Amino acid sequence: MNLHEFQGKSILKKYGVSVPEGIVAFNAKEAVEAAKIMEKRTGTQRWAVKAQIHAGGRGKSGGVKIAKSLEEVETYAAQMIGMKLITPQTSAEGKLVRKVLIEQNIYYPGEEPIQEFYMSILLNRQRGRTMLMYSPRGGMDIEAVALETPEQIFTEEIDPRVGIQDFQCRRIAFNLGLSGEAYKQMLHFVKSLYQAYQGSDASLFEINPVIKASDGKIFAADAKVVIDNSALFRHPDIVEMRDLDEEDPIEVEAGNYKLNYIKLDGNVGCMVNGAGLAMATMDMIKMSGGAPANFLDVGGTADAKRVEQAFRIILKDPNVKAILINIFGGIVRCDRVAQGIVDAYKNIGQIKVPIIVRLQGTNAKEASELIQKSGLKVLTAIELQEAANLVNKVLH
Amino acid sequence: MSVLVDKNSRVIVQGFTGNEGTFHAMQMIEYGTNVVGGVTPGKGGNYHLNRPIFNTVKEAIKATSANVSVIFVPPAFAADAIMEAAEGGINLIVCITEGIPVQDMIRVKEYLKAFDCRLIGPNCPGVITPEEAKVGIMPGFIHKRGVVGIVSRSGTLTYEAVDQLTKVGLGQTTAIGIGGDPIPGTSILEAVQLLMNDDETKGIVIIGEIGGTMEAEAAYWIKDHGTKPVLAFIAGSTAPKGRTMGHAGAIIGGKDDTASAKKAILNQCGIHVIDSPAEIGSKMLELLA
Repeated sequence: MNLHEFQGKSILKKYGVSVPEGIVAFNAKEAVEAAKIMEKRTGTQRWAVKAQIHAGGRGKSGGVKIAKSLEEVETYAAQMIGMKLITPQTSAEGKLVRKVLIEQNIYYPGEEPIQEFYMSILLNRQRGRTMLMYSPRGGMDIEAVALETPEQIFTEEIDPRVGIQDFQCRRIAFNLGLSGEAYKQMLHFVKSLYQAYQGSDASLFEINPVIKASDGKIFAADAKVVIDNSALFRHPDIVEMRDLDEEDPIEVEAGNYKLNYIKLDGNVGCMVNGAGLAMATMDMIKMSGGAPANFLDVGGTADAKRVEQAFRIILKDPNVKAILINIFGGIVRCDRVAQGIVDAYKNIGQIKVPIIVRLQGTNAKEASELIQKSGLKVLTAIELQEAANLVNKVLH
Repeated sequence: MSVLVDKNSRVIVQGFTGNEGTFHAMQMIEYGTNVVGGVTPGKGGNYHLNRPIFNTVKEAIKATSANVSVIFVPPAFAADAIMEAAEGGINLIVCITEGIPVQDMIRVKEYLKAFDCRLIGPNCPGVITPEEAKVGIMPGFIHKRGVVGIVSRSGTLTYEAVDQLTKVGLGQTTAIGIGGDPIPGTSILEAVQLLMNDDETKGIVIIGEIGGTMEAEAAYWIKDHGTKPVLAFIAGSTAPKGRTMGHAGAIIGGKDDTASAKKAILNQCGIHVIDSPAEIGSKMLELLA
């Protein structure tokens, strides 16, 4: 599950990670009030105004601005809220900004130069362990850093039996070239960041940049936080943070039916049991001259109700020109699934796009006969290749 | 020969009396698997499906000499169940459960290092040696004893491969579903090594997908040590970046874990990569001709 920056930072703060003071505002007036409160709390007279959307790359796209007066706070907030922000990580149409985060400015002048670092915590799948990755080159795309100066990227693997150790935190602070107050603060920063990662069952923390302010204070200036979906059952407070506005409405509805659906840009909808077979079916649609309109795993119980729900979800997408149902019946009997398709088809009534049904496995033949006898305009296949050929046929 | 499970496997079911555990234990027994009992804490001393229930894995092993456990425990308790099986002395643990938190699996993986055991899964269909033992949830009837070993990150896509191999007359030695999670107990490489060392296995099918680097690791090993034809299909050529495609582990993170990147590496290592999942059976027949 993806979180907004302000939500991610609230988790960091709970674990003692130093973050700038900030308040979320839903309109320009609230933004100004927030800025005033921030001024009282921290004495800041400059404020960061940051669009809160589930996508990175906001800075370069006008989604992050430094306001030098309350008027500017108002202007920037008014500009951002309601705009469609297009960043390298959003779709071409962008994402609607519904709220902004007003933060204390941490780029304040002082004795030491301000520095930006990169830090992330994630799973090293190859090792099956958590890994902390960091670089003295912060504030820019880490993939670019990896390409240009791979020697500037460092990692620490964390032993799950003991967690992150002091020597590792020291090594990080030294590799970032820190000394004095900043060095001390970094040790605490790294340790509490790891505790926050573990404590919230995150699958990604990306803090880019980590700031060394001009007085040696260390801050998480940004926070990309992703939580492990499988662990949400033990974090009801984080479940509360889910922002449905940031998700595709059809995907949200599918989720309510417990259907695993992802919307794509193609013209052939598909309904499959099993995630691997669903991906393979999408690939096959592409090879047959179409493009998959979605990923949809109906799971192990493809009964009439579920098939009907899946049909309705797929048909919400106006780009869908054909639907391929690919079920490998194992424990699930194909004739039951076929009956489900027939019932769902009749319940929905007008389905105008051609439907190809491939049922293989237990009682596949009976299923095929059942559909043919039903009089529905449905094309049936048993072998995978036949289904692929039919997709090609209906599209051309 | 075959690998991992055979007619001598003595299987217990953890989560024996739950819906899933009950249904699939029945199916396994019907297939001929030697299910010797089950574990449901608090129900020990009773019988279920004519087999004894035990409170702990240790008790179950003591009474039945079980050496394999298949786990149907809900995700919140599955990590604990795996560790109990290992600590109790089970040699092969097959965890079917989907949705175990990643951090739980990090700890499990570390914990298992101290024991002489192998974990298959989690989030997998299990392992089957046709006509000997089915330890999992796969439909038994599509399998046929034969010469091809299968390693797969997927469930129904494995059934697809099995079905095609059965229909072309090749059959299977053992089909290993390693599961769709980011931290599998057994990697593709480890499963391939088992099959490469199995005399009865003449060819190997790898069914991989987007996300992670397991396919590449296996490919580099096969390049240097492979002794039989290997066929591979990688699902997810059309999957978008950054989205979890059903399986928790099926997510494109960067340029190295896309389907096309994996296919390129596999090809370079002498593995026969097919683009269509409909060609698994026919292509394997060709390779073994």
